[in-house]
Parts: sequence; C-alpha cells; structure tokens
Amino acid sequence: MKRSLFVGLALLVLAGILVSGWLVPEAEWAGVDEAVVEKFAKDAGRPPSKPLINTDQGDLLLFLFLLAGALGGFVAGYQFRQLFPPRSSSESDPSHV
Amino acid sequence: MKNGSGIGVTVFLVGMLGLTSDTAHAMHIAEGILPPQWAALWFVLALPFVGWGLRELRVRSKEEPHLKAMVGLVGAAVFLISCMPIPVPTAGTCSHPCGTGMAAILIGPALTVVVASIALVLQALFLAHGGLTTLGADILSMGVLGAFSGYGVFVLARRLGAPWVVAAFMAGLLSDWVVYGGTAFFLATALHGDGSFGTMFLSILIAFVPTQIPLGILEGVMCAGAYRFVQTRRPEFLMMLTKERAA
Repeated sequence: MKRSLFVGLALLVLAGILVSGWLVPEAEWAGVDEAVVEKFAKDAGRPPSKPLINTDQGDLLLFLFLLAGALGGFVAGYQFRQLFPPRSSSESDPSHV
Repeated sequence: MKNGSGIGVTVFLVGMLGLTSDTAHAMHIAEGILPPQWAALWFVLALPFVGWGLRELRVRSKEEPHLKAMVGLVGAAVFLISCMPIPVPTAGTCSHPCGTGMAAILIGPALTVVVASIALVLQALFLAHGGLTTLGADILSMGVLGAFSGYGVFVLARRLGAPWVVAAFMAGLLSDWVVYGGTAFFLATALHGDGSFGTMFLSILIAFVPTQIPLGILEGVMCAGAYRFVQTRRPEFLMMLTKERAA
C-alpha cells in the first residue's frame, strides 16, 4: 500500500514536470543562475566570465553532461549493489520459510 | 523498495542529466562574478572544512568497513542531484536540489563537505557549472552550510522528539533553503557596492523564493525517502552516526 502510494506520488511529480511546459507556456525555464544570480551580478557590473575550461561550445557540453550522467550513474549503481545486495529468493519469498 | 528501484533511480537521474545542455542552472556562482578578494576569502574559509572531512574519512573508514562505499554512493548522488535542473511550474524557471542535507544525515556533515567539494570541482572543470575562482563560495554554501544545517536540524528535531521521517524531511527542506540563503549572502557581500548590504541580500533571497520553496519541499521528500530506505535495509549504516551524536 505504502509502496503504491510512493510510486503514485513519484509519477504525479514526474507528470507535473512533463506537462509543465504546456501548463505555463510563457515560461522560459531559465535556471535561477541566469534569472537571479547573473541578473544581480550584471546589475552590479560584474557579469560572469567564460569558464576557464570552456566546454560550452556546440554539442560538447551535451556530450559531457551525458558522460557525467553515465559515469555518475554507474558509480552510484555499483556502490548501491555493494551496499544493498539483492535479497535471495528464500529471503524475499515467505513461501520458502 | 526492491533492487530494481536503485537502477530505476539511476536511469532517471542519467536521463534527466541528458536533457540539459545549457550552462549552470542554480546556486553555483559562475566564474568571474566574485571579486578576487572575496573569492579568496571564501576559499580560505572553506579549506579547513575540507581538511576536517578528509581526516574524518581516514579515521572513520578504519572503524566502518562500509563507509567508503557509502561515501562513493552518496558522492555520486550529490554530483548527479546538484547538476540536475528541475523545472518549477509555479516559477517558470529551473533549479536543482543540492543533496547535501540528505548526505549529511547519511554519512555525516564533514564527509558531506568532501563529496560536495569533489562534485563542485568536477562540475566547474568539465560542465561549465559554477567556476574555479568561485569554488570557495560554492563549497561554503552547498557543502558547509547545506551539510551542517541539514545535520543540525535533523539532530535537533530528533532531540525534540520528532519522528525520524519529520526530522529527515526538515533536514532536506531547510538545508536547501540555507544553501540558497548562503548563496544570496555571498553574492550580496561581494556585489552590494555602495548600496545597502541588507537590501541586496533580501532582494536576492526573495528572487530565489518562488523556485526554492517547491524545490525545498521536493528535497525534503527525497531526504526522508533516502533515510527510510537505508533505515529499512541496512540500519547498521546509521548506527555509527547515532553513536557519534551520543558521544
């Protein structure tokens, strides 16, 4: 019951995010760094400079984000399996007791 | 939660990361925004916390065999969470949770500073997310303030008799808000110029509110969920922190 509730809530949040573009069509979805941090910095005369290693060129940043996501996901998944190993079938199935 | 859930979460996080190709999306202060003297000051103030965390990693890993794997898992989670922009329909903008409140109640605040620092360095180097010159301020806000506020709130709530789920939720919620409060503080100190520091600080803080109120709630739910999972599956992982608190 609790599990169903959790999954339902998670799906609701995900659906909310996915339809948010349709619900708020005028939104620009800028990051708060751009909408807040950069805005105040520019007003104060200190606009952000280019990163020292500028990977924001063409699709390079997209590639690096995907790579970072894949590597981060792999590390997280590997450690997860080490810390929380799969339960054996006899442990999870009460009929085996 | 079954084992497949961990894989599902990982796939979801990777997928969300794949959706982004723009520059920094939230509390990270970008390269060049802070004047050199302020950037240097925040860097010097952040260093002792990183040193403390590294020392704790060395000492605790001798007593807790699972610790390094747990730090690896939590570190990867903080890295993924803190560069994952989430659209907030109420504000029409995107921002990201920080994950440091959750990390602090799972591995402790000092180790959280270390994993947050590593995540921030990688993001600044390769993802145009934050900056190397602003690393000190970013470590202080996301690592130090996020970790210690989350941990402090959790311990305080438990001592006041709050159920663990409420304590974990509050840790996630308040740590998120404190991180953005810290970012507003660092920006205001450096950028207020001849104007009032208080006015600038409040203006930046208020500008964060529409995005961070819902995201703080999301981070609270995430934090309570992660704590519940560890408590259900491997409660012994949380015992060492409880012992330390008791000591």
